[in-house]
Amino acid sequence: MSYSCKSTAYELKCNECGKSFGNQPLSACPDCLAPLEVAYDLDSARGVFTREAIEKGPANIWRYADLLPLPRGFEPDLPVGFTPLVRAKNLGKRIGANQLYVKNDAVCFPTLSFKDRVVSVALANAQGFGFETVGCSSTGNLANSVSAQAVRLGLKACVLVPADLEPAKILNSQVYGARLIRIDGNYDHVNRLCTLIADEYNWGFVNVNLRPYYAEGSKTVGYEIAEQLGWRLPDNVVVPMAGGSLIRKIRKAFQELIYLGLVEEKHVRFFGAQATGCSPISHAVKQGWDYIEPQRPNTIARSLAIGNPADGPAAAKMIQQTGGWAEDVSDVEIVSGIQELAETEGIFTETAGGVTTAVTARLYAHGRISPDEITVSCITGNGLKTTDALAGHYQQERAVRPRLADFDAYLRELDGIAEHALATAGGN
Amino acid sequence: MAVKVTLPTAFTRHTDGRKQFDSTAQNLPALLSDIDQTFPALSTQIKDEDGKLRRFINIYVNDEDIRFLGGETYAFQDGDEIMLIPSIAGGR
Repeated sequence: MSYSCKSTAYELKCNECGKSFGNQPLSACPDCLAPLEVAYDLDSARGVFTREAIEKGPANIWRYADLLPLPRGFEPDLPVGFTPLVRAKNLGKRIGANQLYVKNDAVCFPTLSFKDRVVSVALANAQGFGFETVGCSSTGNLANSVSAQAVRLGLKACVLVPADLEPAKILNSQVYGARLIRIDGNYDHVNRLCTLIADEYNWGFVNVNLRPYYAEGSKTVGYEIAEQLGWRLPDNVVVPMAGGSLIRKIRKAFQELIYLGLVEEKHVRFFGAQATGCSPISHAVKQGWDYIEPQRPNTIARSLAIGNPADGPAAAKMIQQTGGWAEDVSDVEIVSGIQELAETEGIFTETAGGVTTAVTARLYAHGRISPDEITVSCITGNGLKTTDALAGHYQQERAVRPRLADFDAYLRELDGIAEHALATAGGN
Repeated sequence: MAVKVTLPTAFTRHTDGRKQFDSTAQNLPALLSDIDQTFPALSTQIKDEDGKLRRFINIYVNDEDIRFLGGETYAFQDGDEIMLIPSIAGGR
């Protein structure tokens, strides 16, 4: 069975052995066990997937529906994606970047993370395959998105998360009525369990048996970056890495746009960002490996805490091929990254965004990215979901009486404290 | 001494439908030899042309990735539950 989405036919293909498998809920090649990818008949999209046609489309990811794996008859419902690409002049000034942009998926609809993109494509396929229950293994954002979008489509949701997940991310799944199951283990334990469940239950796990379709939703980040830059590609992209899928799919999107003539060919370098407490991919890049040594995660960036990323080897290889690099930052730097992005650009991101921002700053500081190159830093989640990471950094000040004199006195007191702090820090 | 080995459904076409079997192997290389003998078709599936375990398979011992336990040097304990699972990632 081969679905077609408007004009562009697609099917599952194994990148390792080259075999095709039509369309079915299957994530690994039955022969060589490599992850399957969706392959398109790109030539049939020529003249259809054009700048003009896209610009006439809705202001959401469905404007790119021709190159997404959507079953016949699927009618897009939610206005997912098409998030702002923000010129980050203030942050740029602070870190020495003249042409820095932030792709802000902290405001992605409906659940404030880039996962809304992948879930919408995955659930379209879950419906197409006739699943009544959908699920996922998740570090939080994915569970939130599956829970919200499943209820909208009338599907039952069962989401599995590590037990130590941030309370906000747990609440943000439960509120939609999803069955949330906390697993006594880390993400890699949860993921392994979901693989076993998918083997036994007839459920559509968005990132297990529906993974090839799900992952394609990430391409829309790449399409949007190119379109929002005025149909041109950046010089560099900085992307957070957990499973290692997003960074590769952004590149796939760029390559498709080049192939179909929507943008001029350009060599884009890809930079991966991880937390030092869970850095199997950045470690592999730094060592020049095309394989991964798994790690036991220990970081506040829980949404990136995947110690054994299946797309990790491919991501490490791809980063090196493009002449990019990968970096990892400490938990202290992650918090600083969150604060820096908020204080300069008014964007409140979660811990993963703190990772990306801190890594971006380091890449400029180390001269790996030149100041005048067009660089996009991908922010994938919202700070409201990980406020506990900032616990102790902001105090609740005492209440001031509602009188102008009290207000004046209070401000003078605050300014005095600030001046005192500057003086003791050696400022003037 | 025996360990219990569990396979994913995708592998059972090479084992006459069996998802579990017992082995007296002392470690991972011995287990792979055991599989060579008992289920030659499965052996072909899980190893590459050079006879090495394919990189898309993860081996777990009692819920722990064998690489955290010393990999091939880990000595199986009596009653260990060994699981072979294709690696599939979630997250970003």
